[in-house]
Amino acid sequence: MATFTIAKLVIREVVRRKLILALLALTVLAVALTGWGFSRIPTLTQRGVPIGEDQVKLIASQLLILVMFMFGNIIALSSVFIASPALSGDLESGVALSMLARPIARREYVLGKWLGLAGLVIAYAIASIAVELVAIQIAVGYLPPRPVEFALFLVGRGIVLLTFALLLSTRLSGMVGGVIALVLYGMAWLLGVVGGLGATFGNETIERVGTVSKLILPTDGLWRGAVYHLEPAIVLAGANAAGPAAAANPFYSPAPPPLAYLVWCVFWILGVLALAMLSFRRREA
Amino acid sequence: MTEAALRTADLTKRYGKIGALKGLTLDVPRGAVFGFLGPNGAGKTTAVKLLLGLSRATSGEAWVLGAPLSDARRHREARRRVGYLPELFRYQGWLTSREVLALHCELMRLERPRWAAEIDRALAVVGLAGRERDRVSTYSKGMQQRLGLGCALLGHPDLVLLDEPTSALDPVGRHDVREIIRELKGDGVTVFLNSHLLSEVEQVCDRVAIVDEGRVIASGTFDELLAGDSVRVRVTGLPDGALASFGAQVDRDGDWTVIRGIRGDRIPDLIAEVVRLGARVYAVEPAHESLEDRFLSLLGKDQGH
Repeated sequence: MATFTIAKLVIREVVRRKLILALLALTVLAVALTGWGFSRIPTLTQRGVPIGEDQVKLIASQLLILVMFMFGNIIALSSVFIASPALSGDLESGVALSMLARPIARREYVLGKWLGLAGLVIAYAIASIAVELVAIQIAVGYLPPRPVEFALFLVGRGIVLLTFALLLSTRLSGMVGGVIALVLYGMAWLLGVVGGLGATFGNETIERVGTVSKLILPTDGLWRGAVYHLEPAIVLAGANAAGPAAAANPFYSPAPPPLAYLVWCVFWILGVLALAMLSFRRREA
Repeated sequence: MTEAALRTADLTKRYGKIGALKGLTLDVPRGAVFGFLGPNGAGKTTAVKLLLGLSRATSGEAWVLGAPLSDARRHREARRRVGYLPELFRYQGWLTSREVLALHCELMRLERPRWAAEIDRALAVVGLAGRERDRVSTYSKGMQQRLGLGCALLGHPDLVLLDEPTSALDPVGRHDVREIIRELKGDGVTVFLNSHLLSEVEQVCDRVAIVDEGRVIASGTFDELLAGDSVRVRVTGLPDGALASFGAQVDRDGDWTVIRGIRGDRIPDLIAEVVRLGARVYAVEPAHESLEDRFLSLLGKDQGH
């Protein structure tokens, strides 16, 4: 099936161009540095006394959220960088001409690209998160409460951005599509914070801005889901006791997103992918 | 009657207000080597892209190996038997040429056991054997065009569309391409050759359409297209004024008699009359225009404007 031919080609290109090698090398470096950093936490002292084990785990949990924020951003940005030129680049260079003249439907070409890219994002995200968590477990003996759920949310966010960038790639050059996707990604994150401020101050209109932005581009909504699954119970209990004031904190989430939101995200991805196929079908090669 | 390899009916393509192709109507018989000739920007590449579904027609219809453009599924199936070398030929530089050819075997759904033989054949035909393990990014432009031609020949297609196939080739490469086209013709493959090189078309094509500003301005076999309206005959023993009824003007030029304004199909009658009158015929030379003269006159460029 042509879809799998294209998907294999995408993976082969990334491997052959040594992108995977570069990412893996940088990831190993990041894991080594953060692992060393985490291993230093137990050496911290408070008024000359070493901090207790609970405090070590509390610090490790919050530091882990920041580290995973970085990893999450690497996954998100990489998704945009590889998807935004995926179709437009092939058309601009002429590589697509001889392939699209073959007995292949445009939708198969788009789906093949999506599958290949999604496979890469999933593989890289799972591998890098797993290695980082193992390193931290070894360094300080801490593991977040629900690492699998966390990884799935982060992968989901990567897939959302990847699908969106692929849609833009059906009509816009890689550079333009990439910039648009990144700006909207940043805006969605910021509007999530703004919505949180609305919740903190009980302003429904501002709160709704955050909710709507989470529906339009569900990257921040999925990030909040990821963060929730990293928070240890003690932090959740403490923050919940503090009331809605913590809602604006982009590194905190008091509750997982409702199931309906996850269903919406799945439909969002499928809908945007279908739109990409439709758009590419009408695109002049 | 076998259907045409390619047929278009009033095929039109507009980009906004610009008409790239204005009602193209063509018939390319099976087994023909068809030259699609025109100056740069005439609409040749647009026509090929429309035929292959790479671009969408504004109106009109086209059939590729009997499959209409409007029936996407049938058209897609028909493309299994079509080879195509784009004008803008670019292949994955990070693959070897062998891998590029294998990719195309897979895309055209060729049975896997045939791949190796097909790839070897294509590499040998286009002269890339020995370089097939090198990455395409290390190839010269000419070699990349040869690779593109190899892709177009995979799987013994029934129809091959070549868009300016020698644009990056040296004289040896151009000669090789002409030989490949002749071999394709020998195998009964229909070749649609897009070119602005008159000599290239003249040497390999048996039918031609001349296109300018999105319209076909002349088409047919070379005989039909280039036939002049005069004939020179070298005869002796011909009475003066005997042939006046055959042409608008009859002149003597030494041993030669030149009859102007005569249709090609009247020449046998003319010779029969000469013989009937008891004259002796030594030579008959129907006048032919050169393709270049005909091309320029059709484009309205023969007066230097």
